[in-house]
Amino acid sequence: MSFLQLLWYAVIGLLFIIFLVLDGADFGVGMATRFLASNYTERKLLLRTIGPHWDGNEVFLVTAGGAMFASLPGWYASLFSGFYLLLFFVLIALIFRGVSFEFSDAALTEKGKRGWLWVNFISCLFIPFLLGMLFTDMIQPLPIDAGGNIFVSFYNVVNPLSILGGLCITAVSLYQGLNYIALRTEGLIRYHASRLADNLYWIAYPVEVLIVIALYFQTNFYERHLVATLVFLVLIVAVTVWGQIAAATDKEIQAIIASSSLFAVIVMLIFTGLFPYVLIANNPAHSLLIKEVSSSPYTLVIMTIVLVILLPIMLAYFIWSYVSQWHRISLEEFKKDLDNGETY
Amino acid sequence: MLNLGLSVLPLARFQFEMTTIFHFFFVPMSIGLVLVVAIMETLYVIKKDPMYKTMTKFWGRIFLLSFAVGVVTGLIQEFQFGMNWSEYSRFMGDIFGAPLAIEALLAFFMESTFIGVWMFTWDKLKPAWHALTIWLVFLGSSISALWILAANSFMQHPVGYKINAATGHVQMTSFSALLKNQQLWYEFSHVIFGAFITGAFIVAGLSAIMLFRNKSPKFFRKSMRIGLIIGLFACVGSFLSGDMQTQYLIKEQPMKFAATEGIYKNTDNPAPWTVFQITNEKDHKGEFKIEVPYMLSVLSYHKLSGSVTGMDQTNKALHKKYNKKFGKNMNYNLPVNTLFFAFRIMSAGFGALAGLAILGLWFSRKKKDTILKQKWLTLLLGIATFGPFIINSCGWLVTELGRDPWVVYGLLPIAAAVSPSTSATSVLFTNIVYFLLFTTLGFFMIMYAKHFLFEGPEGLGDKTNYDLEDPFSKEAFEK
Repeated sequence: MSFLQLLWYAVIGLLFIIFLVLDGADFGVGMATRFLASNYTERKLLLRTIGPHWDGNEVFLVTAGGAMFASLPGWYASLFSGFYLLLFFVLIALIFRGVSFEFSDAALTEKGKRGWLWVNFISCLFIPFLLGMLFTDMIQPLPIDAGGNIFVSFYNVVNPLSILGGLCITAVSLYQGLNYIALRTEGLIRYHASRLADNLYWIAYPVEVLIVIALYFQTNFYERHLVATLVFLVLIVAVTVWGQIAAATDKEIQAIIASSSLFAVIVMLIFTGLFPYVLIANNPAHSLLIKEVSSSPYTLVIMTIVLVILLPIMLAYFIWSYVSQWHRISLEEFKKDLDNGETY
Repeated sequence: MLNLGLSVLPLARFQFEMTTIFHFFFVPMSIGLVLVVAIMETLYVIKKDPMYKTMTKFWGRIFLLSFAVGVVTGLIQEFQFGMNWSEYSRFMGDIFGAPLAIEALLAFFMESTFIGVWMFTWDKLKPAWHALTIWLVFLGSSISALWILAANSFMQHPVGYKINAATGHVQMTSFSALLKNQQLWYEFSHVIFGAFITGAFIVAGLSAIMLFRNKSPKFFRKSMRIGLIIGLFACVGSFLSGDMQTQYLIKEQPMKFAATEGIYKNTDNPAPWTVFQITNEKDHKGEFKIEVPYMLSVLSYHKLSGSVTGMDQTNKALHKKYNKKFGKNMNYNLPVNTLFFAFRIMSAGFGALAGLAILGLWFSRKKKDTILKQKWLTLLLGIATFGPFIINSCGWLVTELGRDPWVVYGLLPIAAAVSPSTSATSVLFTNIVYFLLFTTLGFFMIMYAKHFLFEGPEGLGDKTNYDLEDPFSKEAFEK
């Protein structure tokens, strides 16, 4: 394996982390509209906090997919065609989430507006769940043929580990969303967001314990990467405890760093566990190595140059868009804006 | 599993056609509308007339609806290459991935970040800075078109590659060749002008509908004129780039060109141009022909002589060239009727739009504005709103169907590109769901856009009276 192949494997992992950290908060906010807000105005207020950002955040998923296609095309091809229906449902949910913001503003009746908020909520529940399933499906030994094609059965998609994985990513998205709301709002909502996060963290521990067990039965992580796997599992629990304490004691910045780190450690666990493969076959001869699925050295060099030039520019304005619009929104202020005819 | 006697290939092809056509309704619409909106906001910055601000917000809302649907249907495209066309992705990854990743890094981030800034900072940024953000959205969406067409151009005309001996996949040897591909620059300029036409005629056409209904005529007359002026410029650009693309096509893809003209046997010299024919694709014959002498020579070579090679001869040449590698059974025949009429609908529709733009500008000219009385014209312009969608789809069909039987020209046949692991049942299922989904999205989008439109500027809280001034009123004399 060359250095650039390793670099791009890491870049893809990093892009998934950034995607989960940023858009995970958006999914969490969407979910929180049913748990934290009690009426239409409060729901709109919650969505207002992510209004200018969710679309850009989603681009990290597109970029991760594009980077996968560009640098490790064999992985992209096998994974996307193999988990066909799972990815299809992710897409449908992403599509509904994507139009729900604009359509709920544009809807002609109150009923229509409320309807699109429900659409937003339901898709925000499903996207992280389905992605969590995908992340935990793709680390298990799969029926792969000599051409790298995956012929999944129902059990390869829906199994104990993948359901736990789905729950895990959904729960962390919700924590992330609540922590984000605590940072971006003022008043009662801010207070309730931290309380809810604190309480919901209790779900994380049983899920984590069950994942530790399921990883043993359904993957070969412990055989191949015992130390690294254990280190990351311990880190996951530690970060969870840290996140809960931070939420309980209203340390809002710490809380969001903790839930973001939780995403990061989960993705690191997955990417380290797979290494040096991208997909593991039931028949070991058919497992796909990073170096087998990679693009040519020339393409990787081009891609690296492009990344080094474009990423800093892109990050600069991306961060600016957050910083320049960063303020706490209170319910009173938001109502005033609504009365002044501001639609968003 | 359920066997309906269907195979994956036609279903996957249908899915690609359906999803790209639907996506390609909204992409040109968004690129075109954001240009019109950016020009309107720039006019506001320069002239400081609040009417332009309302105008920007008004057409901005229709743009945002279109953008939302465009983005989400674009997601399908990125996933689809891997899902339905995994063999293609393996074959093309070394080439296709780079433009796609650059598109995301350079273009998608720019448009989606700045659209978020633009929507929420009307009160926070100074007008000039605010206008800059919408220009960045425009820049982002145009760059996105460039990169995706760079990948498409490779599929039409592969350059800067070699075949990897071990895997049989294409491998990039020159990134700059990918960008210097002539096909790219003809295709990009033609597509981008097509997008400008789309946005411009949507603004002009919808404004004309409101003029027909005599609502806020001052506001919509101005909107219409801005749309028509941009539209007319874009028509010129589209015509020139289309002409260059045709010249290029004759040399590089003679089969596609002959099919759009329905020519089987080499033409006489000079070549007559067939305005209309029903092609008998089985017997290789054109029936009910209407021809204009000399015209095809003029169109193809810009002179009064020169014959055009027919499909029969090109077919033989293609067999000779590719039989060794792909076997004798490749079918190089194209769906001639589809290409022939798609090309004619595109050209005729384009001509009609250009003509309507001139008429619209003439009858709404400042010296003698009678547009409100020209009900026939506002009605026609209103209908023309839908024209660009049909024209764009036709152009796209010619480009893509004309590449048959290749997915990557001369390198990979379509049949070899499809995912081996997906079942026909799955693709049938996703086809049905996509169809229902697109119907739903299209329905809501049109309903909401129509509502915005009929509310007029008042819907944005602008209480200004946009009736036209009576030329005999006191205010008119004081001016």
